[in-house]
Amino acid sequence: MSNNPTPSELLAEQTKVAKEQWQALHDPAVPVIYVGHATCGRAAGSQETIDGFKEALEEKGLEAKIITVGCLGHCYAEPLVTIHYPGYPPLMYQKVGAGEARVLVNSFLQAGEDPCFEYLLGALEPNDTFPTLMDYPRYLYEKRLIMEQCGLIDPHNIDHYLAVDGYQALAKALEKGGEWVVSEIKSAHLRGRGGAGFPAGIKWEIARQAEKTPKVVICNGDEGDPGAYMDRTLMESNPHQVLEGLAIAALAVGASRAILYIRAEYPLAVSTIEEAIAAAKERHLLGERILGTEFNLEVSVFQGSGAFVCGEETALIQSIEGRRGMPQYRPPYPAVEGLDGLPTVINNAKTLSTVPSIVRRGSHWFTAIGTETTPGTAIFSVVGDVEYPGLVEVPMGVSLEHLIFEVCGGIKDGKPFKAVQIGGPSGGCLPESELSTPIDFDSLRQAGAMMGSGGMVVMNSDACMVEVARYFVDFTQHESCGKCTFCRIGTRHLLEILTALTKGEGSDDDIAELQTLSESIIKGSLCSLGKTAPNPVLTTLRFFKDEYLAHYREHRCPALMCRDLIAYYIDLEACARGCDACVACCPTEAIFTTSNRKKAIDQEKCVKCGECVYACPPEYDAVFKVSPPEMVPDQGIEPLNEEKEENNE
Amino acid sequence: MSKADEMVTLTVDGLKITVPRGTKVLKACLDNGIYIPNLCYIDGMEHPPASCRLCLVEIEGRPGPLPSCSQEVEPGMVVHTNTDEVQALQKTAFRLLVSTNNGKCRFCMANKRCAMQRIAKFLHMPLRTKKLRYIPKDMPEVIEDHPCIVYEPNKCVLCGRCVYVCSRQNNTFALDFANRGFNSVISFFGSREEGVGDYCRDCRACVDACPVGALNFKDERDAFLLTLQEKAGG
Repeated sequence: MSNNPTPSELLAEQTKVAKEQWQALHDPAVPVIYVGHATCGRAAGSQETIDGFKEALEEKGLEAKIITVGCLGHCYAEPLVTIHYPGYPPLMYQKVGAGEARVLVNSFLQAGEDPCFEYLLGALEPNDTFPTLMDYPRYLYEKRLIMEQCGLIDPHNIDHYLAVDGYQALAKALEKGGEWVVSEIKSAHLRGRGGAGFPAGIKWEIARQAEKTPKVVICNGDEGDPGAYMDRTLMESNPHQVLEGLAIAALAVGASRAILYIRAEYPLAVSTIEEAIAAAKERHLLGERILGTEFNLEVSVFQGSGAFVCGEETALIQSIEGRRGMPQYRPPYPAVEGLDGLPTVINNAKTLSTVPSIVRRGSHWFTAIGTETTPGTAIFSVVGDVEYPGLVEVPMGVSLEHLIFEVCGGIKDGKPFKAVQIGGPSGGCLPESELSTPIDFDSLRQAGAMMGSGGMVVMNSDACMVEVARYFVDFTQHESCGKCTFCRIGTRHLLEILTALTKGEGSDDDIAELQTLSESIIKGSLCSLGKTAPNPVLTTLRFFKDEYLAHYREHRCPALMCRDLIAYYIDLEACARGCDACVACCPTEAIFTTSNRKKAIDQEKCVKCGECVYACPPEYDAVFKVSPPEMVPDQGIEPLNEEKEENNE
Repeated sequence: MSKADEMVTLTVDGLKITVPRGTKVLKACLDNGIYIPNLCYIDGMEHPPASCRLCLVEIEGRPGPLPSCSQEVEPGMVVHTNTDEVQALQKTAFRLLVSTNNGKCRFCMANKRCAMQRIAKFLHMPLRTKKLRYIPKDMPEVIEDHPCIVYEPNKCVLCGRCVYVCSRQNNTFALDFANRGFNSVISFFGSREEGVGDYCRDCRACVDACPVGALNFKDERDAFLLTLQEKAGG
């Protein structure tokens, strides 16, 4: 027994090599350039940035190491580049395109003199010269637990993960055993981050106690909420953390098979994870005889075809089995009877990513973060009208106000805040009065929203709440699997009523029907898709009823958003004689010249695209939007009669 | 004594009934003359789909109305089949189902034996949509993509009984669900191949399983429509 090295000892050899390499990167002899190269970075042009650096370095004959890293979550600043120049602290630059890359090489890397303050976001370490990132509210208020290494390590290099204590938790779990892991996760009160908040430890215990074998663990990476990309980022930026969590889960429940269900729309996540599985297998961290023990785990990736409902665990199982992704009645719960009838644990990618640090640092460390009922952190993808959109990780229990206004910099362009949609299309729309709601599963549910998987859309005063409800119901009714009556037909009726309202049609009866039908759908639907689909309707009805009333009683859209209820006109006083800016941009040629050589809009031809508002030079600012359309003032407009003019001359 | 021989006594609407252990509440009630509206349940299903959402009951000590097809009887269980909440939900589900079809019973082969007619009578509900708008599915009234079976999507209540009998009972896979959301249908996926028609003609399982007459043999339906025409003409 004593002859065989323990998992920790076996891992220590690998870790030692990894740490040496890591140290070399941190005391660099040549400059090291880290480029954020996950999907979001690539969309912002990080490939051009890398090419720009390469070309400029070659031209100048300079040597530097370029390392691609994952995503830090600062979408507003992409492409993000960190340069570690010998003698300087690591400096992070924002919005670095190919041109900026060239400038950085010429001014900073070549001479080492000008660190280009104009592109600088901040330094990663405390120093005397540069502001550090910790000085920004975004960094100060964030608590990075799951995303700790995202954007700092190379997801394609397993040694980077090993250098930051990766797979230590797996080694510890292998030594302490599955029973211990389950009790540790239970005492950490880790709740599933997929939306429902079910305690992961209890799920694992049920599957562990199930008699049937073999058992299966599944990582749910079927993230389908519009505007949400937390799981994608975790899988792209720190794939080994997900895999380590999955392996620990498998050990805890006694599973020999693990599947990562990732949607096919995430090609980079799929390839990154597949690459990571291969690398981990090579190091005996997955596969057979993991770290010298008897524990075997066969890991594979299953690509989902993009149905939103397949994020629901029973539908996900159907999908892997090759059936139509339709949720099944529970019980039996998958932990008892899941994939192919075997006990199956399904955890979200975020939940699994949390597991390694709990196992490594202990449940006490974890329960000290967040609230009593929901310890730990929450990751939100905050999008919409905020100053700094992106991925944010905060401790559970902070208020929505804090998250939106302090961490994410408040509303863009100084406009007033109107509402925040939390929990994706099946979450709720909360107004300003609810901003003090703390972020945790139970408080959000009480407020009528839900944690969901962590999508958050912030809206300013330009958003019409009826249209917002219509938009989300349109999404859920389209994504309904069609199995149960309430969801299949009920959501369609909600959509009909809401669509009519956005056109100014409706009655008090329709509003009553919206309310009662929504409540019935919640009570009567089979799965959580249906049970939560009416949330946007109910919350907007509750908090923004005036807007609903304005639509059908006054045919007015207070936010000036619903096309059928608005009109554009040009104020003749403000309009400049001879200016043609708006005429050229109008797609339907609805703008004509008036008798005094100014411009006016032919309401019959106008399609209300709003292009003329943007085309009108700011010094005139003559195009106005009104609702209802009858509000267009009578300015006594007469079209210019060219013939008459000519005759007069 | 084996498990199946063991009997369980439960109370339904104040009435004590005794059924074998393992029986679903819905079956227990139906077998004892207590009607609960239902569409998608077939006796013997291991995991009923629980999709029609009509067989709801309230069970004391459990939250909210639950589909009785998916609840196993337990000794001492107290079941209520006609509470206000149950009835309200059943009526809403029924109204929703009716809103895509809007009762043209006279022209339907299932007239007088249709499960929807029975439920309408039970719930005292009309077979024409009143409060809700009439929204037919965005597709033809009749789909003829099978050599001998025709499908009427707006009559279909998507109970899935046909899919169950074809795949689970007969191990044939001639039809399945297609599309999604509101436009979900049953489809033969254009299986016009030789042989399929002969096989299906002899089988009849899906046509017989349909509770609402949405699946019919083409020749039978043609003959039925002809009789209707003749009646109207004569």
